[in-house]
Amino acid sequence: MGKPMKIRASVKEGMTEVKILMQHDMETGLRKEADGTLIPAWFITEVKAEYEGRTVLEAQFGQSISKNPYLMFMFKGGSAGGKVKISWVDNKGDSRSDEVTISA
Amino acid sequence: MNKEIDLGRRKALSTGGIGLLALFGGASLLRPGEALAEWNQKAFTSKAVEEALQSLGATNPEESSIFIRLTVPEIAENGAVVPVGISTSLPNVEQIAIMVDKNPNVLAAVFTIPEGTAPEVTTRVKMGKTAHVVALVKSEGKFYRTSKEVKVTAGGCGG
Amino acid sequence: MNTNQICRAVMVLALSTSLTAVAEEKAVTDSERIEQYREMISDGNPAEFDEMRGEELWKTPAGPKNASLEQCDLGKGKGVVKGAYAEMPRYFKDTKMVQDLESRLLTCMTTLQGIPEEQITAKPFASDKKDSDISSLATYVAGQSKGMKMKVSTKHPKVKEAYEIGKRIFNYRAGPYDFACSTCHATSGVRIRMQDLPNMRSSKKDAQTAYTSWPAYRVSQGLTRSFQWRLNDCFRQQRFPEPKFASEATIALTTYLAVSANGAKYAGPGLKR
Repeated sequence: MGKPMKIRASVKEGMTEVKILMQHDMETGLRKEADGTLIPAWFITEVKAEYEGRTVLEAQFGQSISKNPYLMFMFKGGSAGGKVKISWVDNKGDSRSDEVTISA
Repeated sequence: MNKEIDLGRRKALSTGGIGLLALFGGASLLRPGEALAEWNQKAFTSKAVEEALQSLGATNPEESSIFIRLTVPEIAENGAVVPVGISTSLPNVEQIAIMVDKNPNVLAAVFTIPEGTAPEVTTRVKMGKTAHVVALVKSEGKFYRTSKEVKVTAGGCGG
Repeated sequence: MNTNQICRAVMVLALSTSLTAVAEEKAVTDSERIEQYREMISDGNPAEFDEMRGEELWKTPAGPKNASLEQCDLGKGKGVVKGAYAEMPRYFKDTKMVQDLESRLLTCMTTLQGIPEEQITAKPFASDKKDSDISSLATYVAGQSKGMKMKVSTKHPKVKEAYEIGKRIFNYRAGPYDFACSTCHATSGVRIRMQDLPNMRSSKKDAQTAYTSWPAYRVSQGLTRSFQWRLNDCFRQQRFPEPKFASEATIALTTYLAVSANGAKYAGPGLKR
């Protein structure tokens, strides 16, 4: 299982702002070890954000997303105390889900 | 690499939801019905912006810096982390994509924006060298794009 | 020549030929642009993951003695983490030594947990392949002083002595390039490539800003780096022999730099290029 994320979600004037920091190497598959061997590609391919079961964002990532990916977005209709769940899967089939409670 | 992804993908698809669950590990919170949208391999392995646009079904997007606001630094102190923010005043936005025109694989991310989600995302991309960041927005079935240059200073020496 | 060697060569060349104040106007513009970049990436610092990891390491029993570090005295009493970093380095009676955070963690890990010192100091810094427990611990502890004023006391004669030794090391020119810390860090308005170099000898503000931002996540390396790592790498760049981890010399230099930062709020863990 992947390493834990850091998620912050807060609601202001009807908009819930979600900030996510994921822990992942995001290897491009183009880097080489000191001995010349290629480091295999290893990166998050898909991210999904849900609010109380409703999908509020879906993302597909390529190798160009930075190590430890950061993502910020906003959605309408969330309320304080509600839960935002973020899930990702990577190209090796590893995955991770974390949840956060929306703060006021 | 591509082969590896492909095999993993095919295996997941052929075995259906239960297979997905097993593949992602029992601890995963993804339930069978929640399998994520399929990763667009063709688009993500595109070597040029035009090719990526085509794979996303976005031939000849309209150039529009008025409707799309692309926020990038003029200079990135290190290409490993370049912040990219995209927001738009266009209505009914379905999709936002980010590309880096001189990266080996130009497409960095594709966001699907459901109704109720603001057409505004911020993330961070890697840039091998000074290049243009391209923002692509799909609104009411039509594609729009804008781009900005980011200068990447010689970095990565770790001093 | 690998990338690193090229980088080093370029850097030495840049320093030796152009360590002069750059044209005022251009410098301001580029500095502002870089400031804008730093501002844009300041939110969402991956160093938080090291803080998380460090906190768990602090609280989880480990080592041959199967003990946690919660009995570790960082100078403010056993187990007190809050604000400890803002007052370090300091003199510790039990070891009869002035210790910085990392050397103190080393003491606790060896005495409380029974982990052999060599096991920790053999590879004290993180790499792509391996996390460093002591770096994560240092990042966690430092983070617990966030927003607190740096208050390193030199009342104790041993701390005063360490400060004076550190000051001498800072200005001590040696090595194949006749370098000192002060070669790069004692003049205002100089830079390497795009990076402004802090004048840590005579600009209080520079010294404060630089010191209070470590440990820091280095985006170029994708790793969180501790202050011991920072000094170690400075010595490497000067072509000095690599200092021993948590050695007296590095603690003395840290004491000098920490005291120079007194009065500023600790702002780390930082996020850097």
